[in-house]
Amino acid sequence: MFLSRAFFAVIRRDLVLALRRRSEIANPLLFFILVITLFPLGIGAQPHLLQAIAPGIIWVSALLAAMLSLDSLFRSDFDDGSLEQMLLSPHPTTVLVLAKIIAHWLVTGLPLLIVAPLLAVFLGMPNHSLGTLLLTLLLGTPVLSLIGAVGVALTVGLRRGGMILSLLVLPLYVPVLIFAGNAVQMAGSGLPVDAQINILIAILLMALVLAPLPVAAALKMSIS
Amino acid sequence: MRTTSTLSLEGTGLSCIRDDRVLFEELAFELVSGQILLLEGKNGSGKTSLLRILCGFREADAGAIRWCGDRIEDSRFHAQMAYVGHLDGIKKELTVFENLKMTLALSSAGQYSIDQALSKVHLQGYDDILVQALSAGQKRRLSLARLLITANVLWILDEPFTSLDKQGIALIETLMTEHCANGGMIVLTSHHDIDLPTVDVQRINLS
Repeated sequence: MFLSRAFFAVIRRDLVLALRRRSEIANPLLFFILVITLFPLGIGAQPHLLQAIAPGIIWVSALLAAMLSLDSLFRSDFDDGSLEQMLLSPHPTTVLVLAKIIAHWLVTGLPLLIVAPLLAVFLGMPNHSLGTLLLTLLLGTPVLSLIGAVGVALTVGLRRGGMILSLLVLPLYVPVLIFAGNAVQMAGSGLPVDAQINILIAILLMALVLAPLPVAAALKMSIS
Repeated sequence: MRTTSTLSLEGTGLSCIRDDRVLFEELAFELVSGQILLLEGKNGSGKTSLLRILCGFREADAGAIRWCGDRIEDSRFHAQMAYVGHLDGIKKELTVFENLKMTLALSSAGQYSIDQALSKVHLQGYDDILVQALSAGQKRRLSLARLLITANVLWILDEPFTSLDKQGIALIETLMTEHCANGGMIVLTSHHDIDLPTVDVQRINLS
């Protein structure tokens, strides 16, 4: 009972904080929209080419937007000592960390999901692949937050961890990118995508269970 | 209320080495209910390191810390301690009340309600003020209010008097005296000489 109260209190607090410093929500979302709108301008009047690479564009942009937002996950808590207090709490750190990751996804991942259909239409993606695009984003972006959290937890104590963070995290993002991008592409051609979706579900479940453990351990290390 | 007779914090053979420099070696102490342990020493002598070892943030290079006879990792230590360090651990974008509410959610409720604690640290009426609008001393008092609203026996305080004025210091000394009279214990570092006639104060000089 107490644990669930702490869990929801952490989510609530992080959502209130995000609402009060709005740039945290706006930055990754703006980046996502800007990158995608620049592609048609760069490629020129070749609607077929654009349509063919649309799944890749959307997914790569989502991935980079997620990377961009990662640092805010633990940075301010680390700087103002809230993280110390969280680690001192008698509740298991893994659960509190999971709450923070969920809040982070609600703030940075979910908005991407909401604007994605609009951008997909903008790139000329066929309507029947929209559902698959949304499904892959729904399954994939939480994985980006979960895996990213491990990297951030490891680098939050370093003064300039940005470069190391991307080196650590990007390779682990690749499977998500491959399966999600491929699923959307196949759906565009009218082929079944069950296999890719199942693998994405598996990756999500695995990340959900396995990521909080190293995050908690890495945060303890970062703080010492 | 509290079972005061059995509680103890004991350190044996503690040493801390940082960057090949020995900060302290073979340090031992024992603290029981109602006592204060004051760590003294010049800057860089390892006071904060010792406090962080006590909190479990880092491990001692040798020695062990026991809470009521059990190693701190194996006991209910973290449910019975509270720490106020250099960093306030409060969010400046949240209001005073929201910050304390969060503290309460992370541990179990203690002797005082949030309102009572705020009036004890002379911050009554500030509940819905954003913390970024508070002065440094008020922030300090707010982070000390955390000690009052959670259930704890041991206070670990790193320079609690920083940025407090004379009244603030007197206030914290009163709270510390009350806490010890209720069977609590306190470990603190301070440059300010504490003046608590009724409390048993042990001193360790690390330099």
